[in-house]
Amino acid sequence: MSKSKEILRGAEIFVRALKDEGVEYIFGYPGGAVLHIYDALFKQEEVQHILTRHEQGAAHAADGYARATGKTGVVLVTSGPGATNIVTGIATAHMDSIPMVVFTGQVATHMIGNDTFQEVDAVGITRPCVKHNFLVNDVSELAATVKKAFHIAHSGRPGPVLVDLPKDITAESCVYEYPSSLDMRSYKPAIKGHPRQIKKAVDMILSARKPMLYSGGGVVLGEASEELTAFTRKLGYPITNTLMGLGAYPATDRQFIGMLGMHGTYEANMAMHHCDVLVAIGARFDDRVTGELEKFCPYAKIVHIDVDPSSIAKNVAVDIPIVGDVKHVLADMIKALKENKNRIDKAALKDWWQQIKEWQDTDCLRFDRKTEVIKPQYVVEKLYELTKGDAYVTSDVGQHQMWAAQFYKFDKPRRWINSGGLGTMGFGLPAAFGVQLALPDETVCCITGEASLVMCIQELSTCLQYGTPVKIINLNNGYMGMVRQWQEFFYDSRYSHSYFEALPDFVKLAESFGHVGMRVEKTADVEGALKEALAMKDRLVLMDFITDKTENVYPMIAAGKGQNEMHLTSERELA
Amino acid sequence: MRHILSLLLENESGALSRVAGLFSARAFNIESLTVAVTEDPTISRMTIVTSGSDEIIEQITKQLNKLVDVVKVVDLNESNHIERELMLIKVSAEGDAREEVKRLVDIFRGRIIDVTEKTYTIEMTGSGDKLDAFIEALNTKLIREVVRTGVSGIGRGDKAITI
Repeated sequence: MSKSKEILRGAEIFVRALKDEGVEYIFGYPGGAVLHIYDALFKQEEVQHILTRHEQGAAHAADGYARATGKTGVVLVTSGPGATNIVTGIATAHMDSIPMVVFTGQVATHMIGNDTFQEVDAVGITRPCVKHNFLVNDVSELAATVKKAFHIAHSGRPGPVLVDLPKDITAESCVYEYPSSLDMRSYKPAIKGHPRQIKKAVDMILSARKPMLYSGGGVVLGEASEELTAFTRKLGYPITNTLMGLGAYPATDRQFIGMLGMHGTYEANMAMHHCDVLVAIGARFDDRVTGELEKFCPYAKIVHIDVDPSSIAKNVAVDIPIVGDVKHVLADMIKALKENKNRIDKAALKDWWQQIKEWQDTDCLRFDRKTEVIKPQYVVEKLYELTKGDAYVTSDVGQHQMWAAQFYKFDKPRRWINSGGLGTMGFGLPAAFGVQLALPDETVCCITGEASLVMCIQELSTCLQYGTPVKIINLNNGYMGMVRQWQEFFYDSRYSHSYFEALPDFVKLAESFGHVGMRVEKTADVEGALKEALAMKDRLVLMDFITDKTENVYPMIAAGKGQNEMHLTSERELA
Repeated sequence: MRHILSLLLENESGALSRVAGLFSARAFNIESLTVAVTEDPTISRMTIVTSGSDEIIEQITKQLNKLVDVVKVVDLNESNHIERELMLIKVSAEGDAREEVKRLVDIFRGRIIDVTEKTYTIEMTGSGDKLDAFIEALNTKLIREVVRTGVSGIGRGDKAITI
């Protein structure tokens, strides 16, 4: 054990700990408080530092990397503005339970509290939007704190953990030893579900006449797609996914009836409203899913499986709660299904599917295909066809995000990467960069809008530096589309500050960053342009699609409405 | 309904602000909060008095448990328990009031712990209700200063809350 006796400086301990944790990339931006660390990074080659153009970009890139791979994303930034610039990125990861460890530089311990240059209370500022955070007070605690940070970030319900590193700590020395295991008395996430609860749940599920399965991001995070698919197929029940859960169950499977919620399908929302047994799997009854809580699933008994007990019965009362890791719980439920002597009421299930079929016949996602002006839905649909549903797709936030979710059919988990909880515009491009870095051989597309795209446009420069050939599909309607849509519906079309009077020439912009730019203005040119761009395997292509300015996202549940009160289109009003 | 929650938490800097921040961020009520280290220097004991429906108390308990620094949360209302609060109160004690206040302190089984020509400083422990009753019994004009600790609670019987 001669290695364990090695005496290292804090900055070296930091880098060694990352190495021992198996970190391949850290996304970051240097500054005064982290210079010792950057010097230590310079002297080694195992841990690769990825320089973004803004700290927010570093956080989103690490987040995209984590979502696509399931590994923990790692960020390193300096104190003060470095720390404040990543808060949006941390909150984004927190809302979607993404494993991330963020290291912030801090002024020297004896300077803390003196309003020192580039000092900010990073631990205080981020406390409400991290899973946990630490300030390292002594170099002897550094290695163990790094270990704890990674352990907390990726176990249980994952989330971001911040470690604040005062500059003097990174200069002091001590014996380096990376703990091989960890036991925290105050942190023991649940794994197995309670067998009696599972038995009760299976009884209830088998007794259903109008069953509905509703699964969310927890299935993706918990690597439980296989179990979910087996469970669902065994039952033959209809299933819907939340925005965060898309891909956890194959979208092209006939038991899948689309996304649910505010812009979900008519059939998914109607089935939710009318079901008699609802099984929520790794989903958290978010307000964009439930609509008005008073009107939510009025006839249903509810089973809720979640690794986080505080997600259960937070918004909606539950009949059978099961706390546990979804992968384990679903495996146990499949076993319990086989052992259960009760049988599904086949006739009732047939009637239920008949009813769902009628709802599906409304063809709620149809749009006008005969226009010369480009419909945004058409672009997504074509992208889906040309990439055979196999691309990694990131998005920003707004109309384009909903169209991507509705028209790109994800058959595999971790392919759909978007900021569902916080709704962070500017997420898409840096996230796509992180995904492409992790998966250089995959097709990575960023479906975005011109308003979101410009929020982190500087990361085009990062993409050039690291040669990540992301395909940017800019659905450019000249408006903040979702804001415009709400203003049209709820503010008598007073389009207050939801449009741009000066937009850049996106083709020239892409070119100035060293990439390929394309402008597409007619429906007839969409397919050709996409083909051409996708064929450029080693170039980033920014495709600027000039789309219908006034297209709205349908169907839609307005605020305060129930799931059975959907707007289908402007002409086809309430269901 | 009013609930008394007993917490064991890591005696780490920032643990208190995590708990306090949770209550403000999620708009939970907080009536009082007391915290001090226990016989084990790595563990602090906190007593929180809060109120809310059963659903809200359940959610508060779950959210507290989710904090990484929190080792254990017990709702003392779920069984018999004892609550005590300490109050230090400085009152004017001149003329007729000097005798009257002394009598009241005796009735409420408090103690006068500091005396000047013009004032008494009284120490009193009990439930919050008892302390309220004492304040009400006093002539409000006499009260100069009130310091209350907030409630500390412990379960009755031989069971103990340990890690």
